[in-house]
Amino acid sequence: MTAEINTRLLVEILTARRDDFLAQWTRTIGDDLQGRLSLAELGHELGELYEAVLKAISIGGLDGRGEHFGEARSLLIELSRNRARQGFTPTETARSVFALKEVLEPSLAGEAASAQAYLQFARLLDDLGLLTTEAYVRTREEIISSQAEQLLELSTPVVKLWDGVVGVPLVGTLDSARTQVVMEKLLQTLVDTDSTHAIIDITGVPTVDTQVAQHLLKTVVAARMMGARCIISGIRPQIAQTIVALGIEFGDIPTNSSLADALRQALKEIALETEDDVKGLL
Amino acid sequence: MTERVPVLKIGETLLVSIQTDLEDQMVMDLQEDLSNRIVDTGAKGVVIDISALEIVDSFVGRMLATNASISRVLGAETIVVGMRPAVAMTLVELGLSLNGVRTALNLERGLKLLRRLGAERA
Repeated sequence: MTAEINTRLLVEILTARRDDFLAQWTRTIGDDLQGRLSLAELGHELGELYEAVLKAISIGGLDGRGEHFGEARSLLIELSRNRARQGFTPTETARSVFALKEVLEPSLAGEAASAQAYLQFARLLDDLGLLTTEAYVRTREEIISSQAEQLLELSTPVVKLWDGVVGVPLVGTLDSARTQVVMEKLLQTLVDTDSTHAIIDITGVPTVDTQVAQHLLKTVVAARMMGARCIISGIRPQIAQTIVALGIEFGDIPTNSSLADALRQALKEIALETEDDVKGLL
Repeated sequence: MTERVPVLKIGETLLVSIQTDLEDQMVMDLQEDLSNRIVDTGAKGVVIDISALEIVDSFVGRMLATNASISRVLGAETIVVGMRPAVAMTLVELGLSLNGVRTALNLERGLKLLRRLGAERA
């Protein structure tokens, strides 16, 4: 019974002093965000939320996990998604909900009867606050994973440098996932462009350890099995020193310090082959 | 009776075009047929086209290497042509590098390479 009385009390006071509470709520959060969001926009957002919460309470009481809170929940999720995208902190996002507690405190916490209602309402707001944080984190994770995907696509171009020569300028660290992508793209390009030479340029690779070297070797061997020759170029002095210090063997894979030298070597080989082709025909 | 992979003679070259996934018996038969044909025809080059193969396991991979060695002993160069990117990646993951086997991107380039090798020998 008390729960119902509390609910009725809350609905009454929330309806009666709607404009007052809303203005105060908007102002509190506006101060927090220090003008990064316009008050009009904020007021509109919170107004919608306020109405949804009020409606939900009057329909089905104070259980924030119930079905009647569906609309309020989706509004909140939308709000935290926007906040996450706009770069607000999780605290600032959660405060959007918790600030309502502060607003209600002076008018409810005074008397014993309404204090109980206030505590129950506070519990409801806690639930909703947790929901915002969860939605915030989820949005952030989505952003991160989509960025990782974009990065993977962006950082592995395979370009045709000359007739029969393709180049792979590698930028960033090579891990097994990236090696897979690079290898796939390189081999497919070799087939598509009918190229016999591939130059892998590692100028943009910050460090070469045994792991990275292993990945490089795999790529070279795969290309060779398809009938293409690989040249590794862009080896910086420090990297050459590390390679030797670690005892990494590149075997008979030609390596070069500059892309220009590698290209010259590839073109020379192609020229020789063409010459031999002619000889073979005679 | 299992299928046999045909071994075709074009001039001094033998062409082996593998069109279906290989069973173990077919692999053994092919090795037998190929070595016989090299001796019979006195071929100087062998081209094995695997562009239709979507799956190459370690057994087939070893067969390619073995065939190359056998041919070399009999005086013919072997060139494996048309390996698919996915196949190359699988073989690398299996730890096979087909060292000692000459490869080319496609049949045309394989034949050119054979001619070039023939010119060097002559």
